[in-house]
Amino acid sequence: MTIEIKTTSVEPIRNTYSAIARRFGDKPATRYQEASFDLEARANFHYRPLWDPKRTLNDASRTSIRMEDWYAVTDPRQFFYGAYVGNRAKMQEAAESNFAFCDKRNLLTRLPEKTQHQLLRLLVPLRHVELGANMNNSKIAGDAIATTVAQMHMFAATDRLGMGQYLSRIALLLDGSTGKALDESKTFWMDDELWQPMRKLVEDLLVIDDWFELTLVQNVLLDGLMYPLIYDHMDAWLGEQGAEDVSLLTEFQRDWYKESQRWTNSMIKTVGAENDGNREQLQRWVTQWEHRVYEALMPIAQATTGLDALDETRAELSVRLKKAGLESTGVQA
Amino acid sequence: MAIKNKKLNLKDKYQYLTRDMAWEPTYQKKEDIYPDEQFEGIKITDWSQWEDPFRLTMDAYWKYQAEKEKKLYAIFDAFAQNNGHQNISDARYVNALKLFLSGVSPLEYAAFQGYARVGRQFSGAGARVACQLQAIDELRHSQTQQHAMSHYNKHFNGLHDASHQHDRVWFLSVPKSFFDDARSAGPFEFLTAISFSFEYVLTNLLFVPFMSGAAYNGDMATVTFGFSAQSDEARHMTLGLEVIKFILEQHEDNVPIIQRWIDKWFWRGFRLLSLVGMMMDYMLPNKVMSWSEAWEVYYEQNGGALFKDLERYGIRPPKYQDVANAAKDHVSHQAWSTFYQYSQATNFHTWMPEEEEMAWLSEKYPETFDKYYRARFEHWDKEHKQGRRFYNNTLPQLCQVCQIPVMFTEKDDPTVFSHRQIKHEGERYHFCSDGCCDIFKNEPEKYIQAWLPVHQIYQGNCGGADVPTVVEKYYHINLGVDNLEYHGSPDHERWLDIKGLKPLKSSSAKKSAA
Repeated sequence: MTIEIKTTSVEPIRNTYSAIARRFGDKPATRYQEASFDLEARANFHYRPLWDPKRTLNDASRTSIRMEDWYAVTDPRQFFYGAYVGNRAKMQEAAESNFAFCDKRNLLTRLPEKTQHQLLRLLVPLRHVELGANMNNSKIAGDAIATTVAQMHMFAATDRLGMGQYLSRIALLLDGSTGKALDESKTFWMDDELWQPMRKLVEDLLVIDDWFELTLVQNVLLDGLMYPLIYDHMDAWLGEQGAEDVSLLTEFQRDWYKESQRWTNSMIKTVGAENDGNREQLQRWVTQWEHRVYEALMPIAQATTGLDALDETRAELSVRLKKAGLESTGVQA
Repeated sequence: MAIKNKKLNLKDKYQYLTRDMAWEPTYQKKEDIYPDEQFEGIKITDWSQWEDPFRLTMDAYWKYQAEKEKKLYAIFDAFAQNNGHQNISDARYVNALKLFLSGVSPLEYAAFQGYARVGRQFSGAGARVACQLQAIDELRHSQTQQHAMSHYNKHFNGLHDASHQHDRVWFLSVPKSFFDDARSAGPFEFLTAISFSFEYVLTNLLFVPFMSGAAYNGDMATVTFGFSAQSDEARHMTLGLEVIKFILEQHEDNVPIIQRWIDKWFWRGFRLLSLVGMMMDYMLPNKVMSWSEAWEVYYEQNGGALFKDLERYGIRPPKYQDVANAAKDHVSHQAWSTFYQYSQATNFHTWMPEEEEMAWLSEKYPETFDKYYRARFEHWDKEHKQGRRFYNNTLPQLCQVCQIPVMFTEKDDPTVFSHRQIKHEGERYHFCSDGCCDIFKNEPEKYIQAWLPVHQIYQGNCGGADVPTVVEKYYHINLGVDNLEYHGSPDHERWLDIKGLKPLKSSSAKKSAA
């Protein structure tokens, strides 16, 4: 049996804001809709930017991709700010308990020195890749105009900072919070041959001007090869080296990557399907960058899982690209 | 590699978790990665001197913010379910929300965009992280404000198309051009303008009047947002102060540049606040404090102490501060008078204050209200009662910089407009004040680009040849519904019906059991 409390309802004049009603009809809208559509300034900008006098503020030409309406790109997760932080708060809670457990049980410090060294050389330097991704996504959030697009990149920017911080904390667990292991790990990033193609790639990404090129290379191509290679294949390999407990500390990244494919897949599919020009442009960028991403990851794969694992992730990426009408240059799906 | 075996303190640990992730590039030139750091003339000798204004790692950020959001949305839901809009002091109050949603909320979104950009532009990783967290906070503010106002939009007019109107409506170019000015500037000026002048020096004069106004007028949705945003604002203020001290300490050549920005952004901010002054004194049925009192506490006292503190860097208080201080007894009355006569073209209503409100104004403005403004209001009130509610059918002269109608008066004579004009490259430009005129003279090439709404109407760029067409078609202001006098408006009628004072003519708004 259910009980029902009677409440008074008052007839409204309208059900939602006009911009929302123009898109979805005059009916009650979702929180995601009222927070994510048509919030931004779009017309009658007063002054040209001193930092880019050829273009206006909120200028659609900051990418060569053309969309009749950028709001065709939406977030399948329906993240507005509150939904985003609510979801991440749960994820961080799990991560927190894993870190506390590893710390309490000395799961990392009891590893052989050689294994600890491997973690500092092969895993922790990825925090620098995360910082690059943080910067790239912040740029995109400032350049993309539609709220649905800009906010996904802002969330990605803060996610990347957070994941860089989790990687840093692995080193801090190892060195007893002195920073010594972080210093050591950073010398690999700066000087070890193994990391130089990756560091060059990340620095090259930092000077890409076109924000959609940047989101494609960073969030689809680089992440698409790197996350499965590191957090699935290398994770298993670390297990074979006796460091299976580290897996507890990278759970966040696996969950995150699984989730992030939902919005990135949806975005490239929508943008590629909009017109031939877009699809051709995306293809040119894939052709230009995918093999460089592959090459940047080669030394890491060779030092750990072997190239087969990287080729396997490359094949997975090519399947994703194919669904957006794009072809990978390396392996055919 | 330095040998360190001591446990990191909090400060060093936070730096390891933020700025130590960055590195000196070797494959790309630093100036290609950070191309916007030089052109403003600001010299940064050592970014490592940057003091983190707060130390919040992402996991802590997600956790604390999620707790706040959960509570906030529980209250929004309860507010809507219980028709909390019926508990406000009076429907006139909602006009403050119309001004807020169309004038202020779009600035939250512009701040999100601006901070996301500077969160990339700076080469100091500590500063980037601080700006990025502010960016996502501002996204939060813009979105929670949409949700806080959502229920009011369903039951009152004038809230329905805020961002569309922000781009177009004549008086909304006042806030719009303010933020366009900051966003089109370089990254250091953006931070001086927004983090320091706006979020630090003037925030208590923008944020607090709206949120306290909500508290005094029974608006639980808005005041809950205000409470929830307080700790965000505290972080934003700390960033503002850290930024200014850092830039000033970095190089002595920075001092005159910062001084010029402080002068400019104080004046632009003060002009923008005219809208808030009028809101406080006229749009809140239950008054919080007078604009004059607010200015005295939050600017003259707090601001005075702040600028005293900055003296040691060679910074003096903002230019024309004396003019602003003297204007505190006039601006709200002058602004309300202006909106009263142009509310055929606004998304909110105006009205003449009731007798007890005028008595309050006389008390709060003993030197000015009875002498300069009461007679005007009594005259308009009489005209209205005789069926001649005054609307001014001639569009006003706008200031080239702040874009407010040229309605402000000389410091020593409140009966004379402080109109200024100059010629630049053969063209004539008009200003409301010396403050705006100076800003123009420093960067004329910027301000000659301004999209002045009145000029654009006359140029035929606003979808109509007469004001009602522009207002209806281009502004999306529903004629006779969103605009004009409050008394007799649909909002007024619905309110009387809600309070059981007078049933609505149409039966569509009747209460019914669910």
